[in-house]
Amino acid sequence: MALAGLYIHIPFCSVACHYCDFHFSTSLHSIDALVECIAEEMFLQKNYLPSPEIETVYLGGGTPSLLKKHHMDVLFNAIHKNFKLLPQAEITLEANPDDITKEKLSLWKNYDINRLSIGVQSFHDDELKYLNRIHTSKQNYQSVGMAQDAGFQNISIDLIYGIPLEKNHNKLQQSLRSALELNVQHISAYCLTIEPDTVFGRWLHSGKISAADDTFQAEQFVLIQNTLLQQHYEQYEISNYAKPHYISKHNSNYWLDRPYLGVGPSAHSYNLHSRQYNIANNELYIRQVKQHIIPAQIELCTNTSKYNDYILTRLRTKWGIDANEITKKFGIHFELINKKKIEEFMSEKMISFDENVYRLTKEGMLIADHITRAFFIV
Amino acid sequence: MEHIRNFCIIAHIDHGKSTLADRLLEFTKTINQRQMQDQVLDDMELEKERGITIKSHAIQMDYTYEGKKYVLNLIDTPGHVDFSYEVSRSIAACEGALLLVDASQGIQAQTISNLYLALENNLEIIPVLNKIDLPGAMPEEVKDQMVDLLGCDRNGIIAASGKEGIGIDLILEAIIKRIPPPKGDKNAPLQALIFDSVFNSFRGIEVIFRCYNGVIRKGDKVKFVATGKEYIADEVGILRLNKEPREMVEAGDVGYLISGIKSAKEVKVGDTITHVANPCEKAIKGFAEVKPMVFAGVYPVDTSEFEDLRDAMEKLQLNDAALVWEVETSMALGYGFRCGFLGMLHLEIVQERLEREFNQTVITTVPSVQFWVFDTKGNKHIVNAPSEMPDPSKIDHVEEPFIKAQIITKSEFIGPIMKLCMDKRGILKNQTYLTAERVEMNFEMPLSEMVFDFFDKLKSISRGYASLDYELIGYRESNMVKLDILLNGDRVDALSAIVHRDRAYEWGKKLCEKLKELIPRQQFEIAIQAAIGSKIIARETISALRKDVLAKCYGGDISRKRKLLEKQKKGKKRMRQVGNVEIPQEAFMAVLKIE
Repeated sequence: MALAGLYIHIPFCSVACHYCDFHFSTSLHSIDALVECIAEEMFLQKNYLPSPEIETVYLGGGTPSLLKKHHMDVLFNAIHKNFKLLPQAEITLEANPDDITKEKLSLWKNYDINRLSIGVQSFHDDELKYLNRIHTSKQNYQSVGMAQDAGFQNISIDLIYGIPLEKNHNKLQQSLRSALELNVQHISAYCLTIEPDTVFGRWLHSGKISAADDTFQAEQFVLIQNTLLQQHYEQYEISNYAKPHYISKHNSNYWLDRPYLGVGPSAHSYNLHSRQYNIANNELYIRQVKQHIIPAQIELCTNTSKYNDYILTRLRTKWGIDANEITKKFGIHFELINKKKIEEFMSEKMISFDENVYRLTKEGMLIADHITRAFFIV
Repeated sequence: MEHIRNFCIIAHIDHGKSTLADRLLEFTKTINQRQMQDQVLDDMELEKERGITIKSHAIQMDYTYEGKKYVLNLIDTPGHVDFSYEVSRSIAACEGALLLVDASQGIQAQTISNLYLALENNLEIIPVLNKIDLPGAMPEEVKDQMVDLLGCDRNGIIAASGKEGIGIDLILEAIIKRIPPPKGDKNAPLQALIFDSVFNSFRGIEVIFRCYNGVIRKGDKVKFVATGKEYIADEVGILRLNKEPREMVEAGDVGYLISGIKSAKEVKVGDTITHVANPCEKAIKGFAEVKPMVFAGVYPVDTSEFEDLRDAMEKLQLNDAALVWEVETSMALGYGFRCGFLGMLHLEIVQERLEREFNQTVITTVPSVQFWVFDTKGNKHIVNAPSEMPDPSKIDHVEEPFIKAQIITKSEFIGPIMKLCMDKRGILKNQTYLTAERVEMNFEMPLSEMVFDFFDKLKSISRGYASLDYELIGYRESNMVKLDILLNGDRVDALSAIVHRDRAYEWGKKLCEKLKELIPRQQFEIAIQAAIGSKIIARETISALRKDVLAKCYGGDISRKRKLLEKQKKGKKRMRQVGNVEIPQEAFMAVLKIE
């Protein structure tokens, strides 16, 4: 039986970042009611997963680090009441550097949180300001240090690259050096993407900022890749690097076709047969849960959609595409239907073939979407 | 016969013709409230939405006035410049016309040109000022315009509102009192004018005619003079809300004829119907073959849908005699059709009807006009498509069709309109003030310059206060060249155009720029070049796509990313490939969007 993950979405932030299009609200007045409803939703959805055993918990957002003790009590009581949390479970909490204090750290320890994902983003104050982050580079060092002092041994930091403030890569190189000095176990590096429904999206539309230069972004991607691989981080997914044994189990579940339940507004769930999307509106979410309605829309998976999901997730990860597994799972002969494309990508050295598995090469990762589309069935 | 009145309504688009027609039908109880459907005369869905009548019809009403019963035939006229010939035939079937002018907008170019047609045919004109209920109505000012134009008595202008039903009784009274009854001899040989036809998928084409002389009876053996074809009149009758079969239709009246005709091509508007046994001496004058003026390639979006598209084109042609086509092949687009249209609106209508009625989305290539190319040996070549253009070394000279364009606008827009027309190689012939603020401008210009975005530009620079009418005046010599587009060295035939040499450089440059916007970046560099013969005159480069990977696949929201990539792949499937370059459909229409 595949073990499952539990995702809890905390849709509140004190300030909106200019690039973020996740669901959140900067008005905190309904936080108590919403946390109560998330606990209630866990009860409503307790039978969604194939088994009540939970291997990973992930508190994401939004900003879960702004939750107070009474919120954490409500959430963790509900987890324990409705699910069976395995003893070695990976429990991650996303935190902003400015929220991290000794008190918060010891609070989190009390709930057996054993992994922190800290939203460092950059080690340059001008870049942080440009992104509308409310912490400083100094707080980055301090917060990670405090977490390590408090005994957290599995820390991940987020970095954003492709920030168009300068034409050269000096700032990114410095940020990478700083990140390495912190000696964290896991680094996620995301390219700055302008989403339509964000401040940056509106600025792009109005011409205040211009679209990113993809050569610049590609160079930065390669710079990060080379630097981190040299320092013995493994690139187990296009945007994720981990020291041995520290890959994120929770996120890997998403990419390995394992079930997960997402609770809270806008959270997504998957139980091997269907995908479910919670309503992305705090007030409506509260109203529905209070009426004991599961606030979700369901979409059934088809064989083709599952095949496409497989191609998409496997190509992006170190696990790669196993043609035999595809035949077994979906009855589709991957090599047969993609013969020409496989040959083409192999000869261009965009994909490699090793121990029966096709994987993206370092060059191939830069055009992952192109290769994914080529293998998709539509 | 003295109790028959045949009339039409001359009006600009949106001046309320259809609404007024509805009121007349209601008032004469030709239709009742239950049957009332807004704008009943426009029975094609498309027409209803556009609010313009594309194909003319006729409808008969009974009206009792001062104790006498009258038969009123309302002949509907198409309302767009592309259909001026059909309008002229409808007008020829009438003795009178209501000149309908919107009280808030005043007289427009098209109204004037149709009015001239009516005056040429000696029609009695009844001026009607419509939409007087509108808050923006300027009745006195517009009445001044009408008096100036018609030289009519100011008191003879009827103030009306089709929407509110104001003035309908006065209009009916004027129709009876002012329009003369038809003249004709029912004992003379049959002479009837075909002014319209309607496609009926069960019974074949319904021919709509006006009988000038003689009588047409059910079962008669009849002949169409221009086509020379003979038919048995299976059914004749009059047109009310529905067709009403009759034993006969007599001189002076308007009716329909069904004789199992399958193709609209056999029924030519303007043709004369007579008896085989006792034919009339002369055909009714004014017949002309309708000739296409604008040509474009029409291709299925998906190459595998060619047969479906052919099927749709064949069906469409059954009730659109003006549409002509033949099969054409393109390196870039595969199998398709080279089509001839009456004008740009006709092209748009065909495109929309293919989409709505036949579910066929199509790619339309650069519209072109018919060029006459004379080679060095003195032979004339008809060129309807850039691909038909002979090698430049063999060309002596090229002639292109010119039109006379009549534009009516507010005087404040004279400057910009003058500039637009000059930019389109137009020559101002004269300019007349209709009133202190309204001016009529007459230009001569190449038709090829009109087929691109002339209407849209005219509308935008005049903020909608300009109306246009045009007619072909003949062919003139012009220095035309074929401009090709190359992508990474491969010529894209569907993007070639025939343009004036003086404009070729600018045209090529702009087209390259537009294509740069529309063609997505690919994994390699793409050179876009414009060329005349082997000479490259413009170039743009699309840089190679260095990065095609989205950052996040996160938060469990895998399907959003999957759907995005699926959608992109579907879009790619619809693209056409020339060499190794993938071209989206919009790129083939790019020429139309050039500034």
